[in-house]
Amino acid sequence: MENTYEIMTGNEACTHAAIAAGMRFFAGYPITPATEIAELSSEWLPKVGGKYMQMEDELASMAAIIGASSAGAKAMTATSGPGYSLMQENLGYAAMAEVPIVVAYAMRQGPCQGVATLPAQGDIMQVRWGVHGDHPIIAVAPASVGEVYTETIRAFNLAETYRVPVVIMTDAMLAHMSERIRIPDSSEYECVDRKRPTCPPEEFKPFADDGTGIPPMASFGDGYRWYCSGLIHDETGFPVSDNPQLTSDSIKRLVGKVENNLKDIESYEEYKTEDAEYLIVSIGLLSRSVKDAVDQARQEGIKVGVFRPITVWPFPEQRLAELSQNKRKLFVCEMNEGQLYHVVRESAGVTPVVQITQNNGKMIAAETILKALKEEI
Amino acid sequence: MSEKQHVFDTFLRQDKLPHIWCPGCGNGIVINALIRAIEKTEIDPDNVVIVSGIGCSSRANGYMNFCALHTNHGRALPYATGVKMFNPKLKVIVVTGDGDCTSIGGNHFIHACRRNIDITTVVFNNNNYGMTGGQFSPTTPLGSKTKTSVYGSIDTPFDICSLAAAAGATYVARSTVYHVNMLINQIAEGINHQGFSVVEAVCDCPTLYGRLNKKGAAPDMLLGFKENAVMKAKADTMTEEELKGKIVIGNFAKRVDRKEYTAQYDSIIESAKGGH
Amino acid sequence: MGKFEFNEKLCKACGICAVLCPKQVYDRDEEGKPIFARPEDCIDCKLCELRCPDFAIRMGENE
Repeated sequence: MENTYEIMTGNEACTHAAIAAGMRFFAGYPITPATEIAELSSEWLPKVGGKYMQMEDELASMAAIIGASSAGAKAMTATSGPGYSLMQENLGYAAMAEVPIVVAYAMRQGPCQGVATLPAQGDIMQVRWGVHGDHPIIAVAPASVGEVYTETIRAFNLAETYRVPVVIMTDAMLAHMSERIRIPDSSEYECVDRKRPTCPPEEFKPFADDGTGIPPMASFGDGYRWYCSGLIHDETGFPVSDNPQLTSDSIKRLVGKVENNLKDIESYEEYKTEDAEYLIVSIGLLSRSVKDAVDQARQEGIKVGVFRPITVWPFPEQRLAELSQNKRKLFVCEMNEGQLYHVVRESAGVTPVVQITQNNGKMIAAETILKALKEEI
Repeated sequence: MSEKQHVFDTFLRQDKLPHIWCPGCGNGIVINALIRAIEKTEIDPDNVVIVSGIGCSSRANGYMNFCALHTNHGRALPYATGVKMFNPKLKVIVVTGDGDCTSIGGNHFIHACRRNIDITTVVFNNNNYGMTGGQFSPTTPLGSKTKTSVYGSIDTPFDICSLAAAAGATYVARSTVYHVNMLINQIAEGINHQGFSVVEAVCDCPTLYGRLNKKGAAPDMLLGFKENAVMKAKADTMTEEELKGKIVIGNFAKRVDRKEYTAQYDSIIESAKGGH
Repeated sequence: MGKFEFNEKLCKACGICAVLCPKQVYDRDEEGKPIFARPEDCIDCKLCELRCPDFAIRMGENE
């Protein structure tokens, strides 16, 4: 097998990988720092027979990819904070109607318009709970351009497998920085396609659980006629408004698609944790600063390691709980006022949790992290 | 010998009837016209996708036996756009209301008109928000009483057909639920038209708009549509004063000068694949 | 003359069929539902079937 290396930005890697994963429809609206994904999609998609659409806004972009996915497309949009806020309404429909879609999300400094060109991690909670009501969602946070590539492929596969929206969380810096990456050969990864119905069309019930919790999905035009409402619906997709049992069962099945498959979905990295007395939890590009700080601390004899959730949602609680048990202290390093911190505290048991935050549009430097660490031990 | 099935048996989901709408609601008449138009065009029912948003009219696709998405308020058009764009062989129809289409979905509406993508949009215009109990919509006539304009509406209404035509829709027509045969023909023409088509069906809402404005029961409201309807060609010769309270019916646009959107994109694919 | 098939379960008694019939072939019962009272006057225009908001009327062809 030949090794192909290329220098790419995070946004380039994301687009390249999406097409490699089978993306054939992209709809979006320009927004810094995610715009290049739209630009590249508009150029590259028609070359493979795919379609690009620039919609009138982000509501329409999310709606269009859900429509395309219902017609059988692997579809993606790309955005940042203000655009992601606008997408929530239709993202809820994707979760409710179980239409697989992927969102490439380059976080920028918020709130509101914030600073469009600077990185932040202020949307960790919005990614999980931006949509009203209980719903399933998966979010992955790569830490390098190379990982943007592999996690984008995995994002499409997770969306297709579980019929759940998947968000690829990067930030303004990872989106725009260039790294030399190895482009995996197509023989090295699997491209998952959604499970299709096999029953005769007249017997098809689009939301009937086949025992896996994930119903097979037909595409419009393939002979199966199906209807789906964004209201609580029965297995035929039709609204049911006064059935407490069905309402509860529907929501439990939706949420269960992620909760019951944590082993397959969750991923994380552990760095120098074996003998660690202290543990720093961090996600995304920032985790590389954290690793630097850990390396420096180790030279000074401080036994510290890193736990890096790659799936931020579902958050790998159980593994963190195990790791927390013999630690003196946990640290959460993040570029916000404290979001991951709350999730970490839920897993930490009796181990104290200390925040290391900086929320000014700048990556937190290793020196800053090291200093904060040393002050607390 | 197989007899031709009645259109109600072929295209309605009989098990979902009776529908949720009030007695005399014009929405059922529009569905009645829509399924006959689909029958008339002889398109493959497996290729029909009906997309709706939220509101009374948006429940319509639930009663018809085609593929359908019942989506979010105002968003039917961008969902439909994604469906059509990815698979242009599908016949995509949007069923929407005056509020869904021209208020919360107004921006999507004008952009769909502008793009000229081959989608047929049937607007059920009953001049108010029915699902939420009768508030004024962007098509409520000036001075009309609704639950949120108890002193009379001061918001100038949109003329949906003029709006659509100005925004670039290439087939635009209006009829009423009194003029059912015209409505069937317009929807069928819209479906056959290669481009973005809009058919406005003026509908009665006897329970809310009708009652609040003393328009009588459903049959009275339909007779009102009959009395106040003016054909487009005639209306073009009338003054604004003479047109007060009238409903202009007929064709507002029928253009063949603009290329359909998915066909244009096919050319893009061709040139992108061809290299430079 | 049309062959009147009526699905009473679907009818909501709005009166559109009866009031708007160009030949006034219908009477209405105490609930307001249609009675096909004067079939000999029916010209089979099918407007009642087309305008019924509840799909309750089918005007079949007579032999």
